[in-house]
Amino acid sequence: MGELRLMKGNEVLAEAVIRCGCDGYFGYPITPQSEIMEKLMERQPWTETGMVVLQAESEVAAINMVYGAAGTGKKVMTSSSSPGVSLMAEGISYIAGAELPCLIVNVQRGGPGLGTIQPSQADYFQSVKGGGHGDYKMLVLAPSSVQEMNDFVDLAFELAFKYRNPAMILTDGAIGQMMEKVELSDYKKRWTEEEVVEKNGSWATTGKPASRQRNVITSLELDSDKMEQNNLRFQAKYRRMEAEEQRYEAIQCDDAEYIFVAYGTSARVCQKAMEIARDKGLKVGLLRPITLFPFPKNIVKELAPKVKGFLSVEMNAGQMVEDIKQAVYETQIYRKVEFFGRMGGIIPSPGEVVDALEQKLIGEEK
Amino acid sequence: MMDIKEIVKPENLVYGKSELLIDTIMHYCPGCTHGVVHKLMAELIDEMGLQEKSVGVAPVGCAVFAYNYIDIDWQEAAHGRAPAIATGISRLNPEKFVFTYQGDGDLASIGAGEIIHACNRGENILVVFINNGIYGMTGGQMAPTTLEDMVTSTTPCGRDVDLNGYPLKMTELVAQLPGTSYVTRQSAQTAPAVRKCKRALKKGIRNVLDRKGTSFVEVVSTCNSGWKMSPAKANKWMEENMFPYYPLGDLKDGEKGNPVSNN
Repeated sequence: MGELRLMKGNEVLAEAVIRCGCDGYFGYPITPQSEIMEKLMERQPWTETGMVVLQAESEVAAINMVYGAAGTGKKVMTSSSSPGVSLMAEGISYIAGAELPCLIVNVQRGGPGLGTIQPSQADYFQSVKGGGHGDYKMLVLAPSSVQEMNDFVDLAFELAFKYRNPAMILTDGAIGQMMEKVELSDYKKRWTEEEVVEKNGSWATTGKPASRQRNVITSLELDSDKMEQNNLRFQAKYRRMEAEEQRYEAIQCDDAEYIFVAYGTSARVCQKAMEIARDKGLKVGLLRPITLFPFPKNIVKELAPKVKGFLSVEMNAGQMVEDIKQAVYETQIYRKVEFFGRMGGIIPSPGEVVDALEQKLIGEEK
Repeated sequence: MMDIKEIVKPENLVYGKSELLIDTIMHYCPGCTHGVVHKLMAELIDEMGLQEKSVGVAPVGCAVFAYNYIDIDWQEAAHGRAPAIATGISRLNPEKFVFTYQGDGDLASIGAGEIIHACNRGENILVVFINNGIYGMTGGQMAPTTLEDMVTSTTPCGRDVDLNGYPLKMTELVAQLPGTSYVTRQSAQTAPAVRKCKRALKKGIRNVLDRKGTSFVEVVSTCNSGWKMSPAKANKWMEENMFPYYPLGDLKDGEKGNPVSNN
């Protein structure tokens, strides 16, 4: 049993970052995630593990510091919230194009624009479809508890280095701000300089010895034939992620006629909505995607023939619902796929989710 | 008369191409200052034995392919972001010699924020700033450093300061920042100027190795293609027009933490 604590989601994430052997954090303050950098600064990991923490002058600078540091083969990250992540989109595209591993945390707030500081899931498309320019994907993990804010840090780094690709933890202001019991991870040592060279010296800017060619971190290729080959290589990598990394939690789906599909905070709401619905005699299950890219479409395809329909519950205008529809379409079986959501920082109540289920999915059958 | 074969012998070698300068198709225009400054950086890294310690950050602009010329590890930056990238590299690898190589569109316009803050934090890096008063790669548009009345493709009637503001003196600006220890303005159009420029770059490199904060070397440069002049005429035009507005010399040579330039 690891160390048990009662902690805030954002602070747990900061603690997990130190413990997982992260080498550097670069960030810029924005609500509702500022506790991440505040906690890191308070903990002063540079005195303990040697981890660097730096407050950048902007999100644009922060993501480029990440690009630079990630290029040297080390474990680095940033965190922000929706408007700040939009500013980082340029850098994330370069990081994906240069195939660098790193962790980006988005503690979402309502948009568009300056929007609100309340929790939201409106950045789903931005996170899973690309976000910046060019055809690229990030690995996207969606924690739905403070415990997962701890657990997904190490997993995100593991996946980022496995695929040499940016990974994102996509959460929201509710998970970031809430306090829950958490079992903290044990400390892992940071890689030594020798280990960095051994693991990543084939591509990282670790300094050119006579024994190898120079390493150049770049996303630039003016020869279109070569650039298309690069793109084909990226796409093959994304297909490999889709084949190997789909993660989800299926709760009471075995006998279910209707499935709520929800992640993060809205999955917590659906958990309660499912209990209410079951009390009413409705056979409802909850499918909680853990990876948003790759979207766990295999389980949707597996469930589709067995159920009457899916209700996507999101804190946005309906984004993930498109991925569910796509998965159902691929089965060539017709199933209803409906959506219910609230926007602008409003968290839906379990009651209105059950109402939506009855009206949108069940109602039409009667 | 001696036969030429008796003269061209290794023991008679007085000057050669640095081994770090890669044989690649030259993409710079004849007369361009980039080629000279690339050569100086390759020579210095070679002479100072820094190949294994060096990480260069290339900009967006004509020098975007700097990594094709000098045989060290490089990272290619997004437009203007080189100082932030160098910050990330240097902070996590303090034993490395990290430098940015940037043009005036990159450094003084889109990257003005990044360079000010990197210099103000005193990042332990060398900034090589090529100022030719124009955007070269995109076809000769106005840069922040374009002189008043200077004709570019976006100021076809000359730069009008009422419309476009004034030519920006980045080097004077960063000299005011306590994070910088060495700030100088050089040129590379004559043999003595090249030798002086090399000494300045060497001092900047040494400062990074001695962890003295940010060193900033501006090289007032020509862009024959953008200026639409022959190399010789461009050099003359630079001396007559650029040097009065961008005067050469050291603006600061001291210790980090001093906000005031020493001149």
